[in-house]
Amino acid sequence: MNSVFSNKRDILVFVLPTLLIFGAIVLVPIFVSSYYSLLDWNGIGAGTFIGLDNYVEMFTDSRALLAMKNSLLFAGASVFIQLPISLILALILASSVKGEGFYRTVYFIPVLISTVVIAQLWSKIYNADYGLLNTILENIGLGHLAQDWLGQRSTALVSSFIPTLWQYVGYHMLLMYAGAKSISPEIFEAAKIDGASRLRTALSITIPLMKPILKVSLVFSVIGALKVFDLIYVLTGGGPFFTTEVPSTLMYTTIFDTYRYGYGSALSVFIILECLVLTVVINKFIKSE
Amino acid sequence: MQSAEGTVQKTKASSSIGKILLQVFLIIVAIIQIYPLIWLGFFSLKDNSEIFSGDVLGLPKQFLWSNYTKALSDGNVLTYFANSVIVTAITIIIVLILSSMAGYAITRMQWKFSNATMTLILLGMMVPIHAALLPLFKVLSSLNMLNNYFALIIPYVAFAIPLAVFILGSFFRGIPRELEESAVIDGCGIYRTFFMIILPLVRPALATVAIFTFLSSWNELMFAVTFINDTAYQTLTVGMMSMVGTYITQWGIIGAGLMVSTIPTVIIYLLLNKQVQNSMIAGAVKG
Repeated sequence: MNSVFSNKRDILVFVLPTLLIFGAIVLVPIFVSSYYSLLDWNGIGAGTFIGLDNYVEMFTDSRALLAMKNSLLFAGASVFIQLPISLILALILASSVKGEGFYRTVYFIPVLISTVVIAQLWSKIYNADYGLLNTILENIGLGHLAQDWLGQRSTALVSSFIPTLWQYVGYHMLLMYAGAKSISPEIFEAAKIDGASRLRTALSITIPLMKPILKVSLVFSVIGALKVFDLIYVLTGGGPFFTTEVPSTLMYTTIFDTYRYGYGSALSVFIILECLVLTVVINKFIKSE
Repeated sequence: MQSAEGTVQKTKASSSIGKILLQVFLIIVAIIQIYPLIWLGFFSLKDNSEIFSGDVLGLPKQFLWSNYTKALSDGNVLTYFANSVIVTAITIIIVLILSSMAGYAITRMQWKFSNATMTLILLGMMVPIHAALLPLFKVLSSLNMLNNYFALIIPYVAFAIPLAVFILGSFFRGIPRELEESAVIDGCGIYRTFFMIILPLVRPALATVAIFTFLSSWNELMFAVTFINDTAYQTLTVGMMSMVGTYITQWGIIGAGLMVSTIPTVIIYLLLNKQVQNSMIAGAVKG
């Protein structure tokens, strides 16, 4: 028995292919990127070693700082706007309302759709001349509010946040719904017998018991915001005038449009570290017992 | 007594008003979530004169299916679609084979570094694909492997492995030892035990992993846009971007392309919605 399950050669056959692919594609590139980030290099020939200069530039360059600020604002919007909406929807659906399954299915659909499609769709929604948003505004007599949502600095950033918030509301709703549903019904019965109102029950029983899943949602929405790429890349490309730039799009254009491989790698290392640090911080900050 | 009944009726009345308001709220949210997609369906069937005459909101006057044939043939959407199917299908198969074997060896076979290996692989869940982009691009271009299905398949497999090993591993843990023991007593080797007895038992986990991998590779953009620039190998995400560039003002054709790349996902979801929802939950609640 033991010999069958501890044969070294068999174990190697089972594990090695996975470890090789995983190591070569996921782990090794982190070290390679870290090394690149110390170079001044345009991808041709050998780069020059410049120490931490790329990082110094990153924290002094106004374009990079703006990108970081934007992604933090985006994370803030996800946490303080998107998650509360998801939570409210989850609590309503978990309290066995009519049509629970239908609503859950419908709210979740945007989550599955490719961000490229979502971005193209929203660029049509925002279109200044024929877009859905301006047409609706005109139809309800608010035509004076119609504007070029993505084309002007004052509205571009907020307009580029909204599609992602819209898309993932259903995702966090589903996670929180599952969390709320996993609470034992006896607890709710006890609360009912004690005469607790629905709101009271939600605030003092359901939400505290959902802490583990709320933490997962918090981590996912923050990390998702920090590494957002697809939506901005397709929707605005970081424009107009870098107003909607985020670290990922800046990294991408730095590497593939201006061929500054070293600086671009520094940005990618920054994104990884930022995600890692915030994951650890959130997990430390909210201890789920 | 009477007054007590009165209050009961009153609370009943107010709670039914509350219920109606709640339903109205839920329906409004449903419209916000779904109407943009319905609108996409509408304008994919319209011609420019209808869209640009200010009637963008409603049903098409007549269904212009030629937008779809144009998108599929002239817009190359058929090619992109086929490429996405090929890349996604091969990715899913490889992920299922590799990570079920690795997950099994880590959780059920006895060796020194099994826990360390699991920890290492799980760490991978926190790594964004950004770090791999440039190093992989350099390697692929020096190997002349850009514009090749495997330029996408291998990275997609690698980044799907951590979650897949995690999900499958936790299923393997739940299988009673006796099953393996009796298989071995009956003379099965490790390979027969694994493929004939254990794997069929974890079918739900395999489905979860397949759904997850489908979504991530079908929708992936950053690698696809970087590693592939030959139309013959472009997947839907990249293809959509070039199509939008080509048909910049022809919303109908663009809309048709977007619909074609979305419909498979929506069909899979409507057929398996419970399973898809459970997969997404399983993917999140990873530790």
